Amino acid sequence: MSKELEPLADPGLPEHVHRKADIDPIAAKRAERQVAVLFSLSAAGTLLFIYSFFFIKEDLFIFIPVMGDTNAQQLGIGLGIAFGLLFIGFGAVHWAKTLMPDQEVIAYRHTLRSEDSDRGEFIKAAKLGAEEAGLGRRPLIKRSLFAALGLAGIPAVVMLRDLGPLPGNSLNETSWKTGTKLVTDPGDRPIKASDLEVGGVAQVMPELAPGKKRTLEDIAKDAVLLVRLRPIDFQLDAERLSWTHEGIIAFSKICSHMGCAVALYEQTTKHLLCPCHQSTFDVTRAAKVIFGPSARPLPQLAITVDADGYLIAKQPFTEAVGPSFWERKS
Amino acid sequence: MTARERIAGNVANYVDERTGAAAWMKKNLQKVFPDHWSFMLGEIALYSFVILLLSGTFLTFWFDPSMRHVVYEGSYQPLKDVEMSAAYASTLHISFDVRGGLLMRQIHHWAALIFLAAIVAHLMRVFFTGAFRKPREFNWILGIGLLTLGIVEGFLGYSLPDDLLSGTGIRIAHAIIQSIPVVGTYLSFFAFGGAFPGEIFIPRIYIVHVLLLPGIFLALITVHLMLVWYQKHTQYPGPGRTEKNVVGYPLMPVYMAKAGGFFFIVFGITALLGAVASINSVWLFGPYTPAQISAGSQPDWYMGWLDGLVRMAPPIETYIFGHTISWNILIPGLIIPGIIFTGMALYPFIESWMSGDKSEHHLLDRPRNVPNRTALGVMSLTFMLVTLINGGNDIIATHFDLTINQIMWFSRIGVIVLPPLAFVITKRICLSLQRRDRELVLHGKETGRLVMLPHGEFIEVHEELSAAKKFTLTQHVQPQAIALVTEDKQGVLNPKGIRAKIQAKLSKANAENIAKPTATELKELESGHH
Amino acid sequence: MKFISKYRRHKFATPVLLLIALSALGFTFSAATAAPNQSAATASARSTLIEEGKEIFLKGCSSCHGLNAEGAAIAPALIGVGAASVDFMVATGRMPMQDMSQQAMRKAPVYNEEEVAALAAYVASLAHGPRAYTNAEIKWERDGNTAEGGELFRNNCAMCHNFAGQGGALSQGKYAPTVMGVEARHIYEAMIIGPQAMPVFNDKIITPEEKLSIIKWIKSAESEPALGGAALGRVGPVTEGLLVWTLGLGLLIGIAVWLTAKAR
Repeated sequence: MSKELEPLADPGLPEHVHRKADIDPIAAKRAERQVAVLFSLSAAGTLLFIYSFFFIKEDLFIFIPVMGDTNAQQLGIGLGIAFGLLFIGFGAVHWAKTLMPDQEVIAYRHTLRSEDSDRGEFIKAAKLGAEEAGLGRRPLIKRSLFAALGLAGIPAVVMLRDLGPLPGNSLNETSWKTGTKLVTDPGDRPIKASDLEVGGVAQVMPELAPGKKRTLEDIAKDAVLLVRLRPIDFQLDAERLSWTHEGIIAFSKICSHMGCAVALYEQTTKHLLCPCHQSTFDVTRAAKVIFGPSARPLPQLAITVDADGYLIAKQPFTEAVGPSFWERKS
Repeated sequence: MTARERIAGNVANYVDERTGAAAWMKKNLQKVFPDHWSFMLGEIALYSFVILLLSGTFLTFWFDPSMRHVVYEGSYQPLKDVEMSAAYASTLHISFDVRGGLLMRQIHHWAALIFLAAIVAHLMRVFFTGAFRKPREFNWILGIGLLTLGIVEGFLGYSLPDDLLSGTGIRIAHAIIQSIPVVGTYLSFFAFGGAFPGEIFIPRIYIVHVLLLPGIFLALITVHLMLVWYQKHTQYPGPGRTEKNVVGYPLMPVYMAKAGGFFFIVFGITALLGAVASINSVWLFGPYTPAQISAGSQPDWYMGWLDGLVRMAPPIETYIFGHTISWNILIPGLIIPGIIFTGMALYPFIESWMSGDKSEHHLLDRPRNVPNRTALGVMSLTFMLVTLINGGNDIIATHFDLTINQIMWFSRIGVIVLPPLAFVITKRICLSLQRRDRELVLHGKETGRLVMLPHGEFIEVHEELSAAKKFTLTQHVQPQAIALVTEDKQGVLNPKGIRAKIQAKLSKANAENIAKPTATELKELESGHH
Repeated sequence: MKFISKYRRHKFATPVLLLIALSALGFTFSAATAAPNQSAATASARSTLIEEGKEIFLKGCSSCHGLNAEGAAIAPALIGVGAASVDFMVATGRMPMQDMSQQAMRKAPVYNEEEVAALAAYVASLAHGPRAYTNAEIKWERDGNTAEGGELFRNNCAMCHNFAGQGGALSQGKYAPTVMGVEARHIYEAMIIGPQAMPVFNDKIITPEEKLSIIKWIKSAESEPALGGAALGRVGPVTEGLLVWTLGLGLLIGIAVWLTAKAR
């Protein structure tokens, strides 16, 4: 650095300015009292806690502006604990600020780097140790040790094998079979085509065999949403149109993006919206994605009616429902 | 000697004869800590961690981490006789049938949010003041590790009550795991013990949440603090403060009283929030089932940016050779976060390479004096803020009369356009602030007082800065650009050609500063005046 | 008021109510037709009501919905929508619309109850459609089950109206409004008619008893006190995160500034 870039000189630590409490005994006494008052407030907070915990009824609600009707016990316990803690803190800090020494002190930093002599000795010792162990001279030991160590890690991974079963084909299967009845969820009532009005929706599940219970894993794949439109509103190819029944179309309710329940049906636009990431699907065009991150339409379930007029599945889903995965075919 | 002194002396003697603690204690009771409000941010995080341990332990006394089906019989009437998991039922039990249980749940959750907010604020302080530079790079990496673990830990905690909102979060986490190429399906089956949701994930994440991660936390926090202790705290520049000293208050008594008091204050504020503000009202969400969903399903704020990224991702999925790859999940869910966190962890080394600065630093930078770094920081924050806004786009849409589609498009474009813009603007602001500092040192502060000179000219009186202030504004070392050496002494082409070129370019950008005033300049100016 | 609402269960409740409405409106008319028998009075009252409704319709609605409620480019036909639609749309203030925005908004109603009844009678006279209900008919307190209603709400309603019925965003600026503070009959009618973007939930999909349960759950959520303190809008983690970064960290940093400032 050349002479003309000479920086400004360091004037050094500023002179210590005394606080009022340092020079005025009355101020010091006042500060002492303030600290004591703060600590007493803390004690009062704890008393509030004890009172609230033991003597306020659990079902007492009091009106507090902004919060509305509030549970008095929970509020009393909370405020009691909060004040009990806060005022200890305020007292301690006020004490430190007003009465403890406030002269800044200087400490010097030590260099983090070791002395060269220490470094030398360390290297010597490390080398000697390695020499004595003979790692460098006996490569056979070294190599076999590393191989053994590496292999010894295998159980740590393999032992985790039984964390879960292998997926197999399970992601491609649902409980929907040819002829499975559609039942309302909740309620488990079979439904007829006439039960659903144009503009109506219904959350449905496959009918359960008697005595069986629906598991969450089933629900996570089986949930289906029925929507009824006017048949002329559809813009479907012949096959997909044949999967509908009198304007009723069925889609998997599990989002093809990340598996949330897609069920926000807008009657005016005939769009389905997923509230998690806002993928928007057009019901009239077989749930084609028209907005958002999802890359695939919702799988459509082919439906028809049985002899009694109840809605049934015409066939199982033709593709895997829910989010994508590596082995997914499509 | 009073009786009390005698007893204390005996105890001290007993301990010291067995540990030799006195020598160590003598030195460390005098340990000096510099005082600045921004140095308390890390302390907020530390104390929140302690609060989390205490309140979390309380919750474990009643929480039943099981997905066993039960029928709710507790005192919250709107869920009476509803089928749910034992985890959810026991959360309701804590909330409504344990005195102060709901308060403790709320303290635990608020403390978690404050914990992560304080970590992020602490990270920003360390970044913008350059406290991560040599010799503190390891501690920076530890900090990034703690932030990452904190996010995971928070998310697992949010998932434990098994309510509709937390189940939705787990559903999304599951989809991210499942999207990993080749092994994703298997990983998800191992993690969940089969198909989603299964009956085992709550007990599994419970043990990770209450034992595994807190254990790792404890270890990492200990090392983090020991390094701070050993390397001594950084300090802001000012008169009397150098790279060789540390100016502040001794541990005993001032700092102990302040830091100890601050622990009570942080705990008190958290308890206050828990007392007056509802958080995670799980009883309203209902138990989780995969077929249900609520409008406005959001994660906690520290995951909001991730959710925002996922929301704005373009709908790309490829199907090649019989395999599906969900880029719409992989890129925002794993690749971008991976890049962000790796980049953050490596930043100290990147900056040191860029600037060629290999020296030790204990004096902090004023952010304006390092325009490149400050601009980079603001750029990253802008990126995060845009993604965070998109993570709450539905709530914002309904509250500010916008459409989710508008906010989504704003974010999709903004996330690319706004960060570079923020970089340029921040850098310009930093340079203007440097210019202002220069003016202040050379010409003093404008006082607004007008004075008429004898010959009728009006001038504004400038008040000269104090020597201390002048020093503070000029003490920093301004970096020099690394000269590009393309040939070595023998005239042979430098083998590191391209790397050196990039480094030279970056260091030039890094060195772009307004020349600070020097003593010589000031003297010349003074002699001109008088 | 209690004893009046008790009588509203009577099968003549609706006609009597209409009669009262009429007497308030047409004092001279009711004075002239002295003591006729009940059904004749109802019939003539109804036809008068329809006339009244038509008048209101021509003044306030026909510019958009057409002179004969046949609809136009900017507004749908009202033939066959029934009295339920009219009661829901007009009595909640959604109709007449203030501006041609995406969606009619709930606001203070423009027409009073009698005028709504007249309008509903007129629209109902055009073609058959779902009838309107009175609050007294919707016996949710007696026949509903809160917990069951919660299940139904989470399955059928929460996806748009949020877990606590606070409402939520739909696509392109549409939104599901909050269901808090909505009269029971309007909630009931909304499920039957599927107003605006909302789909229809007829009695086969959600039975009348189930509808009452849903209403009971909504009313329970509405009157639920602040169990954990200020509810922060009941919209989930977004407001919680906002509070932590503003009030939470703000307070703590403020205290840290005080703590590190030099005392005088």
